[in-house]
Amino acid sequence: MSAPPSATGELERTVDHAAAAARFVADDAKAHWHDQALWWVRKKRDAASAAVPDWEALRDAAAGLKAHTLSRLGDYLDEFARNAEARGAHVHFARDAAEHNAIVHGILQERGITRLVKSKSMLTEECHLNPYLEARGVTVTDTDLGERIVQLRHEPPSHIVLPAIHLKKEEIGELFHRELGTAEGASDPKVLTEAARQHLRQRFLEAEAGLTGVNFAIAETGGVVVCTNEGNADMGSTLPRVHIACMGVEKLVPRREDLAVFLRLLARSATGQPVTTYTTHFHGPRPDGELHIVVVDNGRSRQLADPVFRRSLSCIRCGACMNTCPVFRRSGGYSYGYIVPGPIGSILGPARDPAGHRTLPFASSLCGSCSDVCPVRIDLHHELWAWRKELVKRGLLPWRKRAAMKLAGAVLRFAWLYRLAGWVARRLVPALPRRLAYGRWNAWGRQRELPPMPRQTFRQLYRSHRDRS
Amino acid sequence: MLTVGLFIPCYIEQLYPEVGLATVRVLERHGVRVEYPEDQTCCGQPMSNTGCTEEARPLAEKFLRLFRGYEHVVAPSGSCVSMVRNHYDGFLAGQPGFDHLKRSTWELCEFLVDVLKLPRLEGAFPHKVGLHQSCHGLRELRLGSGSERRVAPFNKVQLLLSELRGLQLVELARQDECCGFGGTFAVQEEAVSCMMGRDRLADHERAGAEIVTGVDMSCLMHLDGLIRRERRPLQVLHVAQLLDRAEAAA
Amino acid sequence: MTAREEMLAAMRRNAPRETPRPDLARLGVKFADPAAKFAESLQGVGGTCLRVPDLAVAGRAVAELPVRQAAKKVVSLVPEVEPGNLDLAAVKAPRELEGLDLTVLRGELAVAENGAVWVDAQLLPHRAIFVIAEHLVLVVDAAGVVNDLHEAYARLAGRPAAYGLFISGPSKTADIEQALVIGAQGARSCTVLLVG
Repeated sequence: MSAPPSATGELERTVDHAAAAARFVADDAKAHWHDQALWWVRKKRDAASAAVPDWEALRDAAAGLKAHTLSRLGDYLDEFARNAEARGAHVHFARDAAEHNAIVHGILQERGITRLVKSKSMLTEECHLNPYLEARGVTVTDTDLGERIVQLRHEPPSHIVLPAIHLKKEEIGELFHRELGTAEGASDPKVLTEAARQHLRQRFLEAEAGLTGVNFAIAETGGVVVCTNEGNADMGSTLPRVHIACMGVEKLVPRREDLAVFLRLLARSATGQPVTTYTTHFHGPRPDGELHIVVVDNGRSRQLADPVFRRSLSCIRCGACMNTCPVFRRSGGYSYGYIVPGPIGSILGPARDPAGHRTLPFASSLCGSCSDVCPVRIDLHHELWAWRKELVKRGLLPWRKRAAMKLAGAVLRFAWLYRLAGWVARRLVPALPRRLAYGRWNAWGRQRELPPMPRQTFRQLYRSHRDRS
Repeated sequence: MLTVGLFIPCYIEQLYPEVGLATVRVLERHGVRVEYPEDQTCCGQPMSNTGCTEEARPLAEKFLRLFRGYEHVVAPSGSCVSMVRNHYDGFLAGQPGFDHLKRSTWELCEFLVDVLKLPRLEGAFPHKVGLHQSCHGLRELRLGSGSERRVAPFNKVQLLLSELRGLQLVELARQDECCGFGGTFAVQEEAVSCMMGRDRLADHERAGAEIVTGVDMSCLMHLDGLIRRERRPLQVLHVAQLLDRAEAAA
Repeated sequence: MTAREEMLAAMRRNAPRETPRPDLARLGVKFADPAAKFAESLQGVGGTCLRVPDLAVAGRAVAELPVRQAAKKVVSLVPEVEPGNLDLAAVKAPRELEGLDLTVLRGELAVAENGAVWVDAQLLPHRAIFVIAEHLVLVVDAAGVVNDLHEAYARLAGRPAAYGLFISGPSKTADIEQALVIGAQGARSCTVLLVG
């Protein structure tokens, strides 16, 4: 098991995906278990999408709606904010993570609130809100079961939809025995979930504010929509008096009817359910309460300017690209060292810190399965490829790889040189003692035999074939 | 008589010449005249794939020079054909002959099915075969519908194989999972790459395959490397060789 | 400039050329028997659908439910079906609702494709009642059955946007080894009475 990145998620450090992945793969049984668990989710997604006759048309519509929204994002955001305010919500604007955290803390501080319950929000992970608030005396309780588990372990989520997918029930049983006082050795998911229910219920009842993420924000009505299966966002927004909803600007949809498109895709893509259990539409605060909506940019408007990478702003965070990714399944979320792992994270991570996340675009065989499961048709594998080009442009490719490619490029420009190099390799490699041919330099040969080195090339075979016929 | 320009990817020219020759024989058997421009080297994919666009550019230009005169270009590789069709735009857009080249560069099976309109294959191959759907053939060239998409199922390679007498196609648990080759990925992410490869092989073995075939020798090279190292009871065979042997046997 | 002005300006400055809004008119799915499909979908997400001809029968059906028979504290906003025994007017803070055994609510729409019921929750005396109760019963008029979410939103379009939600079955989680467990933080069961 590779070590998780620190919960504060230092962005500066350089992630070496290949090394972290190798550590994950070294525990063969666990890596296979992880692969199987996620493949099972992928199969559920396949079945759920197969039951929808207009699936591909829905994907087209979702992609079209997102592209349209992004092309008028300023207008829709303005419309949304005005409508939300007209309904009595307070709308706050945050240019970056620091402003976001300060706004949330300000709301709590002004009201003397020290106990906050949170439902899932990848945005607050991105902004590292929890450690910020905890350092200022706020007790933050993540209330999604998976998130609560990783919070108790002082880890970030390893997957955006399935935060604790990397843990076995026995590990969670031990954790709950230590933290929640469950019986020693108890590992039945039912028992553990019940214990979490009781524990979280107390937190909900004591909380003075509830923070939720936002799945969709409707420009036309000024409403925000939150989807959960557990009901934790609903508990957190109905028990305390203050509800804070945090959203990235890309969560906007123009009209209420557009939700039908995204909601038909979201849960089916994420977990294979036809829809999440609770899909709650908030329009304004409750009569005796407050609703604060914090709208965050944090690099998104910059990304909007980029013709290639703007498409990743369409992401609705279903996690389908992770479940289908043969690399993610075998390397685990922590190997990416970014809050959002997997194919989409390997695009978003470098956008935030190209040097620190420069190995992520290479953590892919470019198989393209991610692009084909993506409900909003982000061409993920092409964006990963585009990132590789971008990294070369910025001089962030390791020099060895860069040199190898320069050399190969030079040799392949000239047919005679290429033939000569090929001839030498085909003669030399078979002549080498095995110890040398499979030395440390040969990463290919660590677990694989080298290809055969035939005496003749195709050109030679072709000439004799042509002469014969 | 239809004449095609034959595009033989560099690693096939150097390491798997028999795959190239089988391609020639299959095409000729179906009445196609084959010309092999000898100055060709590589389509530039390894460089481009690594992000080294400028190293790939001269190779794309060379490719256009060598092949622009042909009505069709055929290659025994899905991945290299995808490079030409889907990724040469950045280098060659607007250049004379490029639009035609892009539209008429074909992977072998695709050429047989779409251009020669699925000629009758007189052949026999009495073996249990597993089809490895290499990713670029599947998801970039759309040689098949793929398990992710909800479109009417089709598979051009399978269509050809199903014409052969005695060939029994085995059913895989994960019908189109990546083998883990992925170009430089195979060495950069060696651990994951090899785990993926072994998992593919295990799937084929469980399904009872004797032979793993596919349209990309690069995937098969990676799988074969694992097979030989671990002495697994499997064999790889490029689909061109499989078709050639089947037709020769008829 | 305020953060708001700056962000809006950046988004307008950086936006690509406008792309048209796609046409959603052709999307959707139709079922031969939407009510039957709804029952099937609801069952698939862990809920139960009971078809009843009228409210009187609905009342008897609720009375027979084991969750009703075991319930001590019951809130009902559908008095024709279930009288309830908890006076919400006496509840000051929502946290006093802890220990609520059963809530009976009206649902407006029932969506065949996903087993979801639309609950217009704007006027609930306490919003928490649908989620804090151990068990939930929703009463929906059979005329409220729609094929899919497109139809559902088309029906809602005539009304002002308010606080409301789709509920599809009981609260659930699969966060521990992907094992499905019913009853995470919200209701442990969800019964929908389709009336008429």
